Amino acid sequence: MFGSTAFLVILALSLLVFAVPEWLKYYFTLGLLVAGIALTSSWSTGMLTGAGQAYELPLFTAATGTRMVLVIDNLSAFFILVVNFTVLIGFLYARGYLEPYKIRMNALRFSIHYFSYLWLWISMLMVVMIRDGIAFLIVWEIMALSSFFLVIFDAEERSIMKTGISYLIQMHVGMFFILVAFLLVQQDTGRMSFDALGEYFSRHRNLPLFLLFFAGFAIKAGFIPLHTWLPEAHPAAPSHVSGVMSGVMIKMGIYGIMRVLASMQSDLLITGVIILIMSLVSGVLGVMMAIVQHDLKRLLAYHSIENIGIIGIGIGLGVIGQATGNGALSLLGYAGGLLHVLNHSLFKSLLFFNAGSVYHAAHTRNIEQTGGLMKRMPWTAILFLAGSLAICGLPPFNGFISEYLIYMGMFGSLSGASLYHSILIVGSIAALSLIGGLAIFCFTKAFGIVFLGEPRSEEAGNAREAGRSMIFPQLATAALILFIGLGSPLVVKPVFDIVTRTWNLGSQPLVTGAFTANLAQISLAGGIFVVTLATLLLYRRYHLSRHVVETGPTWGCGYTAGTPKQQYTATSFAYNYNHIAKPLLQTRKEIEEIGEDEIFPHRRKFLSHSDDLFKRNLVDKPVDWISGLLKRIAVMQTGQIRHYILYAFVFMLIVLLLAMLKII
Amino acid sequence: MMAGFILIAVAAFFFPGVILRTKSIASGRKGPAIFQPWKDIAVLLRKGSVFSDTTSLIFRIAPSVTLATITGAMLLLPFAEQKAVLSFEGDFILFAYLLALGKFFTIIAALDTGSSFEGMGASREALFSMLVEPAFFILIATFAMFTGYTSFSVIFNHFFITGNDYVLIYSIIGAYLLVQIAMVENSRLPVDDPKTHLELTMIHEVMILDYSGFDKALIHVGTYLKFALYGSLIYNLVVPAGWNVILQTGLFFAVQALFAMVIGFTESFRARNKMNKNPKFILTLTSIALIAFMVILILTEKLA
Repeated sequence: MFGSTAFLVILALSLLVFAVPEWLKYYFTLGLLVAGIALTSSWSTGMLTGAGQAYELPLFTAATGTRMVLVIDNLSAFFILVVNFTVLIGFLYARGYLEPYKIRMNALRFSIHYFSYLWLWISMLMVVMIRDGIAFLIVWEIMALSSFFLVIFDAEERSIMKTGISYLIQMHVGMFFILVAFLLVQQDTGRMSFDALGEYFSRHRNLPLFLLFFAGFAIKAGFIPLHTWLPEAHPAAPSHVSGVMSGVMIKMGIYGIMRVLASMQSDLLITGVIILIMSLVSGVLGVMMAIVQHDLKRLLAYHSIENIGIIGIGIGLGVIGQATGNGALSLLGYAGGLLHVLNHSLFKSLLFFNAGSVYHAAHTRNIEQTGGLMKRMPWTAILFLAGSLAICGLPPFNGFISEYLIYMGMFGSLSGASLYHSILIVGSIAALSLIGGLAIFCFTKAFGIVFLGEPRSEEAGNAREAGRSMIFPQLATAALILFIGLGSPLVVKPVFDIVTRTWNLGSQPLVTGAFTANLAQISLAGGIFVVTLATLLLYRRYHLSRHVVETGPTWGCGYTAGTPKQQYTATSFAYNYNHIAKPLLQTRKEIEEIGEDEIFPHRRKFLSHSDDLFKRNLVDKPVDWISGLLKRIAVMQTGQIRHYILYAFVFMLIVLLLAMLKII
Repeated sequence: MMAGFILIAVAAFFFPGVILRTKSIASGRKGPAIFQPWKDIAVLLRKGSVFSDTTSLIFRIAPSVTLATITGAMLLLPFAEQKAVLSFEGDFILFAYLLALGKFFTIIAALDTGSSFEGMGASREALFSMLVEPAFFILIATFAMFTGYTSFSVIFNHFFITGNDYVLIYSIIGAYLLVQIAMVENSRLPVDDPKTHLELTMIHEVMILDYSGFDKALIHVGTYLKFALYGSLIYNLVVPAGWNVILQTGLFFAVQALFAMVIGFTESFRARNKMNKNPKFILTLTSIALIAFMVILILTEKLA
């Protein structure tokens, strides 16, 4: 009881953000955040270390008599911890990040920003704790609204406002699907709650309702082709917000999908196959589109789509495992997906924070204008490298562990599987390995072009390292990334427990035991690797100290007047790839041809840009069509009062006629 | 336990020399001695180093990281009935990803020099090694499906005792595929020509243009070990694990020598692919892997 009162007090205090003096605002918000995080984290650790029984926290009783209850079970407890960590790190990072904005923005803007940040965090916590349908939709809406205000923080640019509005609209489309799904449940069972899903599913076909929920949640999560808001909103938002949005907010969609799946009883095979195929498409296309981006944050946004795909592959395998009675596949699939939720929240937020530091230092997000930042901002560079290696799933970082679990689910289920299953699984294995390869291609490009070589613009050359207040929080994230990579058995075991309890898989001591042992071997291999590397580097140092070491220019094949402009750029790095992926990416080029009579051609502009095929065909074209139609109807809006009176007259006439003919 | 590791290390001593000898004999030259490549490494170790002003920490640590990943991967391969030093379910995933980690560092080290030559090589290497990834994974998936196990040691131990005589077909397709994958991964013909003299036509060689002394020696050692690593994988696939250990050891070196000679002869009688033909060539490997998968589907009677 104390807990829920304390929670309500924090909610109420959040309003005071507007009242406290300007210098105190940040620390006041931080205080509320830390208090709330301590409180909710203690709930979830209590849940996870306890007997595994869900427990309820009554929040208040409304005037209508409905009780507002928070329910914390295994799944909520996991998501609470994931949300809390990234939100806290994001806010610590924000102190340094927001500093430059203080000059040109007034206190009210900051109050709104902090308030929205607090409420984004609160709404995400409530999303994972509330079971009642109406209340869920309300907090789901708060989540969309608060993140909308966060995205438009920097709305001096018109394009950001436009992005914000388009984001808000797409979020409401998603909400509409969820609402309809809940109404169907209400109509049948009389209750509008996640708890009533089991009852509904036991009586009806499972697939249609699942698809409704899936459509709603998948827009939030960013599955292709429902992802179109994501690559627009992430770059527009300030970096700490992009980190939180990409790291944890889109995972609320994953949470919703998992919550619905936990109650499903039939149609499992087809559901699993649908999720798996959508995820494979999201994974491969997400990373394929990421490679051609020039905007660092947009590139990262497309990688979120890829990672949502990887999470989805895990979930899809889990469902297929349940359908085919393969407990090990279920366990590994769900556990891989769930662990990847945590992993992605860590490395993606880290990468977005780094992108923010780069943006502040070089005043551009265009990677063609950067370069050579490794020497100017070494900490940011090393942290970005750690994030890149983790996101590519390379050992000994955390991404490898979750991908390993998903791979093992697939490899383990191959022997004795049916023909159909074997083909599906081998296809998924090939796709997942291709995603891995493409991710390496993309991040060698991102890291190599942004941080290595010589600066490609004056501003990049004058870049300075981000402040300590921005670096330290990131170090905590990086440490956790490395910890999960090297000490995986400690983390995977609780994840296994959460999965078995949430999906009632029954305890599987054989599988969990085997995989704890396997992961221990991976930790050992990681340890051996680190020790070998350290020994080699130490010996190298000793060796070089006894030999002549000189510096000189880079080998230029005899040409010594090179400029930084001659370096390989992101576009040229991806040129070969672009050539192969042409049909899917459709790079648009704008160039003015040189005429035959032009002896001395004047200056020209060349522009190449890769459009998002889905955005153009699924969003832009229909919207253009509708607004074209509406424009034609607007002919009636003449502004002359006699015309309007005529319209009213014609309308009444029609009504009269219809009534006489007994049509209405 | 260490047998697999030690044998790969020993084989690496002969491997580059055998390739060189094969090439010189095929082209009617006298050629260098078998150990010449290692003598070159000794020379490199005596030399000092020159680093470009443009480079940063990444360029300096990359060769060490790559070598560490390759030694890590060596620990995962079994020999005969002996298990590998590190053997667990899914060790081949670690194997592939460790090698990918090494490649990641080689690529960013090339970009670190700020040279357009090396950027070009980096771009090509990144693309080609990305395309070859699915072929390897489909191949391993087929092993796993056929034997029902998911670890190198156990797969190779059970490969020939499944009692299915047609396994030899698969063994041959697998070996062929592994040779080709090894050629791509080690940047040899027909994808890349290590002996080309023009930067514009290089892939791997152009990426390491700026290395000298100790770091260059590490890169060469890494390349030789990687050859023997793939040779060992091929050996495990074609020689039944149950045979006599002395015979096995002999066969191990025979397979390695044969693999080296295949590389030598290929490089003597074949020209490098046109650069824009390479993606097609590499994707063909994936389709061959899919054919191998079909073969196994038929063998396990899933597909009648």
